[in-house]
Amino acid sequence: MTARTLYDKLWDMHVVRSENDGTALLYIDRHLVHEVTSPQAFEGLRMAGRKPWRVNSIVAVPDHNVPTTDRSAGIEDPVARLQVETLDSNCQEFGLNEFVMSDIRQGIVHVIGPEQGATLPGMTVVCGDSHTSTHGAFGALAFGIGTSEVEHVLATQCLLQKKSKNMLVSVDGDVADGVTAKDIVLAIIGKLGTAGGTGYAIEFGGEAIRALSMEGRMTVCNMAIEAGARAGMVAVDATTIEYVKGRPYSPAANDWDRAIAEWKELHSDADAKFDEEIHINAASIKPQVTWGTSPEMVVAIDAVVPDPDKETDSVKADGMRKALAYMDLKAGTPINEVSIDKVFIGSCTNSRIEDLRAAAKVAEGKQVAGNVKLALVVPGSGLVKQQAEAEGLDKIFIAAGFEWREPGCSMCLAMNADRLEPGERCASTSNRNFEGRQGAGGRTHLVSPAMAAAAAIAGHFADAKEVS
Amino acid sequence: MQAFKQHKGIVAPMDRPNVDTDAIIPKQFLKSIKRSGFGPNAFDDWRYLDAGGPDIDNDTRRVNPDFILNQSPFDKATILVARENFGCGSSREHAVWALDDFGFRAVLAPSFADIFFNNSFKNGLLPIVLDAKIIDSIFKAVEQKPGFELAIDLESQTIEMEGQAPITFEVDEFKKHCLLNGLDDIGLTLQHADDIKAYEQKRSQQAPWLF
Repeated sequence: MTARTLYDKLWDMHVVRSENDGTALLYIDRHLVHEVTSPQAFEGLRMAGRKPWRVNSIVAVPDHNVPTTDRSAGIEDPVARLQVETLDSNCQEFGLNEFVMSDIRQGIVHVIGPEQGATLPGMTVVCGDSHTSTHGAFGALAFGIGTSEVEHVLATQCLLQKKSKNMLVSVDGDVADGVTAKDIVLAIIGKLGTAGGTGYAIEFGGEAIRALSMEGRMTVCNMAIEAGARAGMVAVDATTIEYVKGRPYSPAANDWDRAIAEWKELHSDADAKFDEEIHINAASIKPQVTWGTSPEMVVAIDAVVPDPDKETDSVKADGMRKALAYMDLKAGTPINEVSIDKVFIGSCTNSRIEDLRAAAKVAEGKQVAGNVKLALVVPGSGLVKQQAEAEGLDKIFIAAGFEWREPGCSMCLAMNADRLEPGERCASTSNRNFEGRQGAGGRTHLVSPAMAAAAAIAGHFADAKEVS
Repeated sequence: MQAFKQHKGIVAPMDRPNVDTDAIIPKQFLKSIKRSGFGPNAFDDWRYLDAGGPDIDNDTRRVNPDFILNQSPFDKATILVARENFGCGSSREHAVWALDDFGFRAVLAPSFADIFFNNSFKNGLLPIVLDAKIIDSIFKAVEQKPGFELAIDLESQTIEMEGQAPITFEVDEFKKHCLLNGLDDIGLTLQHADDIKAYEQKRSQQAPWLF
């Protein structure tokens, strides 16, 4: 048998049928649903007189619109409230499993899936959300889809897909102390470009990836889409299996050994061929800060804002000039001299327990700088929040001047009340620094949790190592 | 889904790379539970000078006169020409619904983000990938003659451009078939319901923990 990549194996396992032109009907094991991209899909289902194909493949949760402050009075914004209520009523009507806003298990869809064991190795996982690539960390084929495809999966349990090309991004060797999964993936996007992975499924490998915890691997796979790849993935190993074991949706004891036997095959064969291979020396990666309006516009903490005049590609140079104008930055400015107004620690990229521990370690015993108007910590789920409180992290944050909030997507995309005002500059652990992403006119710099905490304490970007 | 066979219309230029779906339709409009009505808020942050929201009447807002789609004849454009990686970022299909609702029937660019590209076909909006040099020549033609039109024919996969040989483009055969006929692909997939059940039967024996 020819050698196959991890992506080849996952693909082959799920093909229901293939057409001559290469279009395949791909079976979907897990369908995650949230309130923003599903109402029109459920409405389509109803209008066609259809029902969900396999109800127990679906896990639903409201996350984008939920308030992160006191929820006892419900959602104040009537439009947002209607959207969350619509999810609740759709789930009731079709008998779907939903973690409602008041459930301790509620949280960001890409945090709760793995947390519940609803994301398992070898699965196909889809969700009407581009950051579904997160779940690839488990050796799963996971990708974001649009609302029409949400309806297609609801109605048929399948998607019509053409196979992507294979790319290996190998981060070789060990990273230096203080360099995190977020820094690794920002450095990868800086090298690959925001469209470098378009048309590919990316497998992340190499010693530095293998050394990451599941939380770290999720951070890396989460941002595969920011390099243009719909799916990112990491091979299954002992770290994966250890994480999955004993979770509510994980295989029961009588299936466990069989599951492990299947999962142990979920890696690329030694002589598998990739269409593209990228190697990055882990030791060369420093803590990263984005400076522009695309995640590829990123520099190391000891670097300066780049100069568009030195860019030879005229379209790219023009994009850089627009970004500098929007971000109100000048070429040549050391990034660690850029001061900030707000800090956001949260999002499907960086709101898991390990992220909160990393940020708390930097913040412990210190104070948020006077020029920082708001420093938010938004745990990824009710269970992450509970765990963090059991460890006393909430007290560390509150003592340092951070706000400790309820779980949700929050200021990553600012659909709820948490947002930037025009002109405000934010150190954010989220995944997109697009114009207006965190609020119209807001300026976003993407960083790791430790770097966000360091920026909160220093009042400007700073190497977390120097702050702590 | 509305079919796409042929279309002739005014071309509007969007001269920047990486136009993301947050820019095409900002997040505050995603709270809608409908598929329609997003057109007046397409490119909202660029199109208006003041803040917008689902409960704000767009007619009372200050329009940005510098934004291309606010200028005649581009306010009547039905074809958008753009740069690399158009539609990157969020999977929100609302971006396609907004472009469609504005009146666009096709987007031409050197490259598209995958999810946006797929979403477009599901809504009768034709995304066409063209060589960067051809895209450049279309930008130049629009600059020289605002109101410049292109005629797209999906069946023959050609674009008629005045004074030039027809431009040919590639399109996935299955997607073309669906678009030409305005087909709902859920109905097509359900014709294979027996295959899906057979897969489930086999897979549930191999991996019962998945079912």
